Amino acid sequence: MSDLNKLGLAEARDLLRKGETTSVELTNDCLKAIDAADALNAFVHKTPELALERAKAADARIQEGDAPAMCGLPIGIKDLFCTKGVDSQAASRILEGFKPEYESTVSQQLADAGAVMLGKLNMDEFAMGSSNETSVYGNAVSPWRRDGSDAELTPGGSSGGSASAVAADLCLAATGTDTGGSIRQPAAFTGTVGIKPTYGRCSRWGVVAFASSLDQAGPMTKSVRDASIMLEAMCGHDAKDSTSAELAVPNFEAMLTGDIKGKKIGIPKEYRMDGTPAEIEALWADGAAMLKDAGAEIVDISLPHTKYALPAYYVIAPAEASSNLARYDGVRYGHRATLEAGDGITEMYEKTRAQGFGPEVQRRVMIGTYVLSAGFYDAYYNRARRVRTLIKKDFEDVFAAGIDAILTPATPSAAFGLGEMTEADPVQMYLNDVFTVTVNLAGLPGISVPAGVDKQGLPLGLQLIGKPWEEGDLLNTAYALENAAGFVAKPGQWW
Amino acid sequence: MSIDQSTAAKVAKLARIKVEDDALPALAEEFNNILGFIEQLNEVDVEGVEPMTSVTPQRLKRRVDEVTDGNQQPKVLKNAPDAREGFFAVPKVVE
Repeated sequence: MSDLNKLGLAEARDLLRKGETTSVELTNDCLKAIDAADALNAFVHKTPELALERAKAADARIQEGDAPAMCGLPIGIKDLFCTKGVDSQAASRILEGFKPEYESTVSQQLADAGAVMLGKLNMDEFAMGSSNETSVYGNAVSPWRRDGSDAELTPGGSSGGSASAVAADLCLAATGTDTGGSIRQPAAFTGTVGIKPTYGRCSRWGVVAFASSLDQAGPMTKSVRDASIMLEAMCGHDAKDSTSAELAVPNFEAMLTGDIKGKKIGIPKEYRMDGTPAEIEALWADGAAMLKDAGAEIVDISLPHTKYALPAYYVIAPAEASSNLARYDGVRYGHRATLEAGDGITEMYEKTRAQGFGPEVQRRVMIGTYVLSAGFYDAYYNRARRVRTLIKKDFEDVFAAGIDAILTPATPSAAFGLGEMTEADPVQMYLNDVFTVTVNLAGLPGISVPAGVDKQGLPLGLQLIGKPWEEGDLLNTAYALENAAGFVAKPGQWW
Repeated sequence: MSIDQSTAAKVAKLARIKVEDDALPALAEEFNNILGFIEQLNEVDVEGVEPMTSVTPQRLKRRVDEVTDGNQQPKVLKNAPDAREGFFAVPKVVE
């Protein structure tokens, strides 16, 4: 068999179990694809020796009949996850050379389930960005191009390397993290599936912190089935994360029946925004029609505080970031600025952080510092936390009224060109998360499913939002949407 | 609320990020744009609404107050830019 890198998790798992291929073969095909794809700049730390070692161990396990779901499946890990002995720098200069002495819980669980790590994936610095253009490694590039154009496009962000790698078949699947849309927006931009589970489902331990009350890890995959397989391996209670939920993790894959008869799907009127391209409006209507055809009931709903989600997010996330990123002081790990004679410890902090953080990270740390500073704490931070309560209540009200899931566009546009937003005001870039950020503020699970292409041939995604802890039901609705949409487009290989 | 250059300098100082004087006007302008966007929150009636502390209602877990970890000095110091004699080393703090 050749081109095994093009398989999804479920297909590869089934072939492994039937003995028709080996993890070493799968891994070798991925490593070949990765080496041929430097133009995408998706894998930024390659770990081929480690991958082959784990692949051999996985093959031995499979031979012995001990083959958990992810056993032998080659995946990429976002650079935000600490991986023992392997560079983990959150795409920041300030963590240059950092090789953790420990493994994040999520990547450990994947390794325990037999998954094979191929290397670390590009991302926006500290997951702050929507285009993967704030990375110290340089831009990750989407494998997709507009019809008849060779302009480089963003794979989205912050999990841009993950999205690019999965869409380009460099790996079978990848981990991502999502604080305001960082799994779902890049999934939508690259025709892949990405799910952010309920806050507390995946342990945050060992994942470099951005905004702790919003951050969640999740899988980025080639299908909804693959997402359910990988999510199950990533979830579970962890005593090392005090916000990790002590709840049993169901067999998500077993819940994929495709039967959504009688489910009530909400269409929130506030997500119709001025300036949304007609193609996205049309895709949204098509998605609702598909779910209706599958037996669901479509219900118009209202989430009245939607408009205030982004401004609340841009208080809360920077506030938490300014506090979380205080640890990067040039003392314990990573970069320390070269000091001049007479420089004391304050100069060391200030120079280290000025050199180590890129402009977007500096901007957000300082905004966070400002909104938390004496005299402004109530006006900004506490007000934003009150608005967050109202945003969550909007969702609680519609779920209490019987809604099972909510359908929205995943992004306000298709992927844009790298560099196209450089001159724009930072707020313009923030608008990318307008449909996704509400879900983080409310702590809910959300999934992006590829549902069509625009007139330039670029993928577009729809988002489904579920009830807390009901990822299984959400994945099943997404599965029905995926089946109905029948999205099969792949980027042509130019790299 | 408008941020002037001296406020921008003060914020940079609080955040322990060195910003050169000639970069302050642009920084202040960026802050004002972002804060202008955030000002929308003032339209919301938040009277009587509790600020969210935890998105999932939960009591933080407690455990017995005892040592559960430790004796990892080499690992802790492994990534330090400057470590000497079992300690993190920093520039002189007091004269």
